[in-house]
Amino acid sequence: MAAGRDAVVTHGLGKRFGSKVALADFDLTVAEGSVCGLLGPNGAGKTTAVRVLATLLRADTGRAEVAGFDVAREPGMVRRQIGLTGQQATVDDILTGRENLIMWGQLFHLGSRAAARRADELLEQFGLTDAADRRAKLYSGGMRRRLDIASSLVLAPRVFFLDEPTTGLDPRNRGEVWNALRKLVAGGTTVLMTTQYLDEADQLADQIVVLDGGRTVAEGTPSQLKSAIGGDRIDILLRDEADVPAATALLARITGAEPEVDAPLRRLSAPVQDRVAALTEVVRALDHGGLVAEDIGVRRPTLDEVFLRLTGRPAEPSTDGEPEAEKAGVAA
Amino acid sequence: MTAVTAPAPPPHAASPLRWVLSDSWTVARRDLIHWTRNPTVIVAGLAFPIMFVLLYGYVFGSAMIVPGGGGYREFLMPGMFAQTMMFGAAATISAVAADKARGVTDRFRSMPMAQPAVVMGRSAADMVNSVLDLAVLVACGLLVGWSSNTGPLPTLTAFGLLLLLRFAMIWVGIYLGLVVSQEAAASTWALLFPLTMISNTFVDPSLMPAWLGTVAEWNPLSATVAATRELFGNSVPELVGTSWPAQNALLLAVVWPVLIVAIFLPLAVRRYHSAAR
Repeated sequence: MAAGRDAVVTHGLGKRFGSKVALADFDLTVAEGSVCGLLGPNGAGKTTAVRVLATLLRADTGRAEVAGFDVAREPGMVRRQIGLTGQQATVDDILTGRENLIMWGQLFHLGSRAAARRADELLEQFGLTDAADRRAKLYSGGMRRRLDIASSLVLAPRVFFLDEPTTGLDPRNRGEVWNALRKLVAGGTTVLMTTQYLDEADQLADQIVVLDGGRTVAEGTPSQLKSAIGGDRIDILLRDEADVPAATALLARITGAEPEVDAPLRRLSAPVQDRVAALTEVVRALDHGGLVAEDIGVRRPTLDEVFLRLTGRPAEPSTDGEPEAEKAGVAA
Repeated sequence: MTAVTAPAPPPHAASPLRWVLSDSWTVARRDLIHWTRNPTVIVAGLAFPIMFVLLYGYVFGSAMIVPGGGGYREFLMPGMFAQTMMFGAAATISAVAADKARGVTDRFRSMPMAQPAVVMGRSAADMVNSVLDLAVLVACGLLVGWSSNTGPLPTLTAFGLLLLLRFAMIWVGIYLGLVVSQEAAASTWALLFPLTMISNTFVDPSLMPAWLGTVAEWNPLSATVAATRELFGNSVPELVGTSWPAQNALLLAVVWPVLIVAIFLPLAVRRYHSAAR
């Protein structure tokens, strides 16, 4: 794999379905060998973007290249470079795991013997050898997903698209799928995945693109996105609800910011600059004021918070991707 | 690792005929395996036409008097054959809609396989199913007293016309299956039902109200029914209507299916390529 090349490049991609804008002026660059996570709520345009890139849908405007081929002009060439795992597992329930993979192998024109050999390799690689001759109907959700992913990898695609690969899976099965994906990435495959799960993007992606209403609202590495909304935060859990006003005033004074307060839950939270200094000062001030905290800690914001701040308020016109901590608030 | 052991993409860019055929076979075989491993589908699929033969042949048939003195069941069987071919569209619709709903169609479309093979494989598998349906129905017909009273050539021609109708309905089915949701696909046979009833399958259209009779006369199904009745030697002169479609049933039994294919095959192929949800 040549380093430094771009596996996916789009310029001003736009797509409408009737009056609904699915994608608007969407630009994306994914470096070869990296993992890009497309993050966004339902209807943000993630699936549309993947479908355009996988040659399933034609964009109205703009252009897109995958592995160096134009998706609109050379769809046949693009199809030979990509793998696609859509939102539903396309596993054939009635066939066994092995039969599923052999069928895809034959459709990739491997010939029966090579298809069977490749099926065995993939079953091994995805930990499905023991279940190979059982019908897929009897597989767990995680096994189905792994079989589905294996089906897309019969020809080792250069670019692998995954549309919400772990939606509907329990945590253990999600972990299984993540492990499978990590191995794949280690082998050099470029991955473009959509997800609604922030921890998933956090776990797997080198680069995250947050979409809302068909537009990119933020872009960066997971840690860049987290720092972009204001760095570390201090969280306090009080013992008594009656102490909330006093603690809020205290926290506001020390941090110089308006704390987020959930009075019934006795929780307070505020951004801080210097984590250690702030923590010491807050603990001392609480103690001095006779306010008892059950828990107190400093942490980096989660991607969930990033996400809510970026997309949580549909009324606010999405600006050009620079989140503003002052205006941020938790959506209703 | 994957990158090392995985085979390279095949060298060809276009999809030569060889790939169209072999990919069609792979797709068709998948559809046939579904069928053979799903005994309930087989039983239900075969029970339905047999039930019709028994219900109409014996329940209604008891009250039917065929002019000229022929048996009603002999009159009925060609209609049952053709009706089963027509109803086959429902099976096609539901299979196509299920593949679409489960993302299988998308995966096919994102692959470097021969794209025509997806619909060709489907139609080949459905044709095989139809031949078996027809074989079971013929056995059933022979048991209730139906037989072909002509030679092998007209008899084979009649079966050919029946399969031609089924072939036409496959393309209607593929198109509708790609258009409707999986939920809607489950109920499409309710729409097919009146289409099969307003025909000459059960009674002679001349006994219907004039407007309905005209609709029934021009129903593509009626053409196949009348033509096969004639070819099997199951028709009686008193029953052959004097209208143009009744007099030219054989011609229409070819023209109608060809026309349906000419309309729905391109529609289905175009829909497959654009399949935007």
